Amino acid sequence: MTDARIEYLLRLGDDRLILGHRLSEWCGHAPILEEDIALANIALDLIGQASLLLGLAGKIEGQTRDADALAYLREAVEYRNALLVELPKGDFAVTIVRQLFFSVFALLQAEALQRSSNQELAGIAAKAVKEFRYHVRHSADWVLKLGGGTTESRSRAQRAVDDLWRYTGELFLADDVDRAVAASGLGVDSSTLESSWSETVRDVLERAGLTIPETSYMQRGGRAGRHTEHLGHLLSEMQILARSHPGASW
Amino acid sequence: MSAAAATRDEIFEILDAVKDPEVPVLSVVELGIVRDVRVDGEAVTVTLTPTYSGCPAMRVIEEDITAALMERGLGPVRIETVYAPAWTTDWLTDDAKRKLEAYGIAPPGRAAHETLVSLTRAPSAAATPRCPYCHSRDTVIKSEFGSTACKSICFCRACSQPFEMFKAI
Repeated sequence: MTDARIEYLLRLGDDRLILGHRLSEWCGHAPILEEDIALANIALDLIGQASLLLGLAGKIEGQTRDADALAYLREAVEYRNALLVELPKGDFAVTIVRQLFFSVFALLQAEALQRSSNQELAGIAAKAVKEFRYHVRHSADWVLKLGGGTTESRSRAQRAVDDLWRYTGELFLADDVDRAVAASGLGVDSSTLESSWSETVRDVLERAGLTIPETSYMQRGGRAGRHTEHLGHLLSEMQILARSHPGASW
Repeated sequence: MSAAAATRDEIFEILDAVKDPEVPVLSVVELGIVRDVRVDGEAVTVTLTPTYSGCPAMRVIEEDITAALMERGLGPVRIETVYAPAWTTDWLTDDAKRKLEAYGIAPPGRAAHETLVSLTRAPSAAATPRCPYCHSRDTVIKSEFGSTACKSICFCRACSQPFEMFKAI
């Protein structure tokens, strides 16, 4: 049976690694210089956290896989990130709305993980809390600007909310892995974060004049390795260097 | 200096000459990222904590610290990384803050320890940085993310000078 601890740490690490990579695609392409820098900074925070979390997963696994092996030598079906983070970066509105959805979730999760029974995970989480506070403020600030901006910015932001909403449910789906790590004290049951998340996100969207779609259907699959076609393309780009030159270093 | 003669204080003194590659006006000791030093015979173990999870300067800092100690005949050098307690800009000494300002970077204010994050970037008067060039308070934070993870981009309305501020975390 798979070790729930490793499975859980892969979920945490993969969410950050894949979203960090998606954000890095904006480098040199963001609408204004300040945003180029901001998105690259946020990507760096996420990739840094991913490296620590995957390193911890590898350590607990006790085999030879380090953070690099886990990031660069796994196939899409072995990835455990939520579908939300692997979707293409879209336009700036899609990127920003996704950042709001994910950052609020990740901040709540990191706040809870500061009390993890695993000291290393608690330390990584305490560091991450400080970083996610900046990420939440950045995305909420922009959602308000886009929602209250021009007809164009508002319609794009609304479209982004409509398109991404059905990927938010997966963040709070609790399965045996969540329950096992919550029981052992290492992790937190994601479903317990939903009401706080919903309150904050609804508050921002309402203030931005944006509406939440009425659908209750939610996509799922990422946590079990069933991904969209987008992840394979992302991995092919992210992993090509490591796979073309196995064991290379500089 | 022979390794046997090196005390913890002497090691800290050597490390105080190792500068942060991205903010070369501060040493790694002044920055507060050196959390502990242990001397065991000839071996030296330095415990570091990163400023940000993804700080790309950490590798260079580790190499610089190792080189500085080896240059003085010490070693082997071991670098350990700890994440708790998380680094905070409150660990910067007043002297370090003065050095930052003289270098053209507005020093950080007190780090907020709020449990609720404010959703918008509405800096209170206290959070408005003082321009390191003309010392005016008539400034604005343009973006909370700057050229490195630890800095924000600001603008001084009084002297029209863009400048950076060390983010309080």
